[in-house]
Amino acid sequence: MTDMLTTALDVSVADGDGYAGVVPAGGRLRIVDVHGNQAVDTLLYDAADLDNRYSALDTIREQGAVYLTTGSRLLSVDLDPLATIVDDTCGRHDTLGGACAQESNVVRYGVHTRHQHACRETFLRHGARLGITARHLTHNINFFMNVPLTVDGSLTFEDGVSAPGKYVELRAERDIIVLISNCPQLNNPCNGWDPTPVRLLGWWAS
Amino acid sequence: MTAPLVRHEIPGDAAWSARVRVGRALRLTARGPGANCSTLLFAAAHPVDRLNIADTLKAQMSARVHAPMVLMSDLGTALCSVTGSSLDWHDCISGHSLDAHVMAFGPSSYHTDRNGHRVSARAGLLSELHKHGRGPADLHGCVNFFSKVAVSGDGVLTFVPDHAHAQDWVELRAEQDLLVVLSTAPHPLDPHWTPAAVLAEVRPAPACGEDDPSWTFRPESARALRAAREVFA
Repeated sequence: MTDMLTTALDVSVADGDGYAGVVPAGGRLRIVDVHGNQAVDTLLYDAADLDNRYSALDTIREQGAVYLTTGSRLLSVDLDPLATIVDDTCGRHDTLGGACAQESNVVRYGVHTRHQHACRETFLRHGARLGITARHLTHNINFFMNVPLTVDGSLTFEDGVSAPGKYVELRAERDIIVLISNCPQLNNPCNGWDPTPVRLLGWWAS
Repeated sequence: MTAPLVRHEIPGDAAWSARVRVGRALRLTARGPGANCSTLLFAAAHPVDRLNIADTLKAQMSARVHAPMVLMSDLGTALCSVTGSSLDWHDCISGHSLDAHVMAFGPSSYHTDRNGHRVSARAGLLSELHKHGRGPADLHGCVNFFSKVAVSGDGVLTFVPDHAHAQDWVELRAEQDLLVVLSTAPHPLDPHWTPAAVLAEVRPAPACGEDDPSWTFRPESARALRAAREVFA
């Protein structure tokens, strides 16, 4: 199918920057962890209805598993598939760790982090032009991030399971907005202590 | 225990909302086995600030809600502290029921079943949210008090039946003025439709001091509690 599509997107997203754009139904979006161990915080919206947004908890419950990988259907709050993970050379992605914010950085690391750059700012800055506000933000996907849960109900952040060149590819199941923050977090190992750029490649009929 | 300021019995498979002032505690008590209470929390005085499950979990290194954890908002403030519970596990990673889950138990409508008709948690939560001028954009990850969903080493979920019984309880101390919106519809992964009533009681609570178990639980918990004190400068 890919050969009927044309390359419609090829951009580098710097660490600490973001991206917001529409991927039409049937289009494919590949996110490449160019340098390895880079968390890519991602939200999805039904392009026709911002309230019909990605839902981490509904996705987890309906697939019966907490991690995302090839075959995971990324569901909306109304249980509509927004996208499917169709390829994944990393193997496992988090959707329970949420995004960093200036305020949650203060909670986790102390008041000295209050003015450090954080994902939630990037979401709001890039989402604004498409009408996405704080009320539309929700628990996101952290591609390439490793947040293991244990059977006794604890949760930790660990060094990434990704490596240079690993990628994940989504197929849009309807017209969707993809909102990305390329995570600037410096206070934990989610970016290998050194945030780096990622590449977005998109294929769809233009 | 002092007499409650508010005492309301929420039937099984019903929705309810209450504004709870800082310095008061909301105690929820299961009235029967299999109770579930899908609960949303808002900072009543803020236009958008609300419960953030992901931040709550990662700050306290937990994948479940238990005492003496602090439930935290998008803006890094303590909404409430879980001051006590007869259960050590309240689910917060599998969301609330939708109409699709309820329909699996067969057709039901007001026309055929009157006020006994089955209502999803989503329908109930939206009904209550609309009363407060809120709507679908205000839905967020909920806590399913009284329910447990276990996670295996490779991340597979399993609903744990018979987790809660009559008289199981949880107490939430408001750390700022709250809007609490909840549904007692069964958990979406519960294979049985046995909705149980939940008793809600609100009582005055001693203020959270710096020797409080929630304050001393983790430095992250203390920082969120401090932020709640500073919500209004």
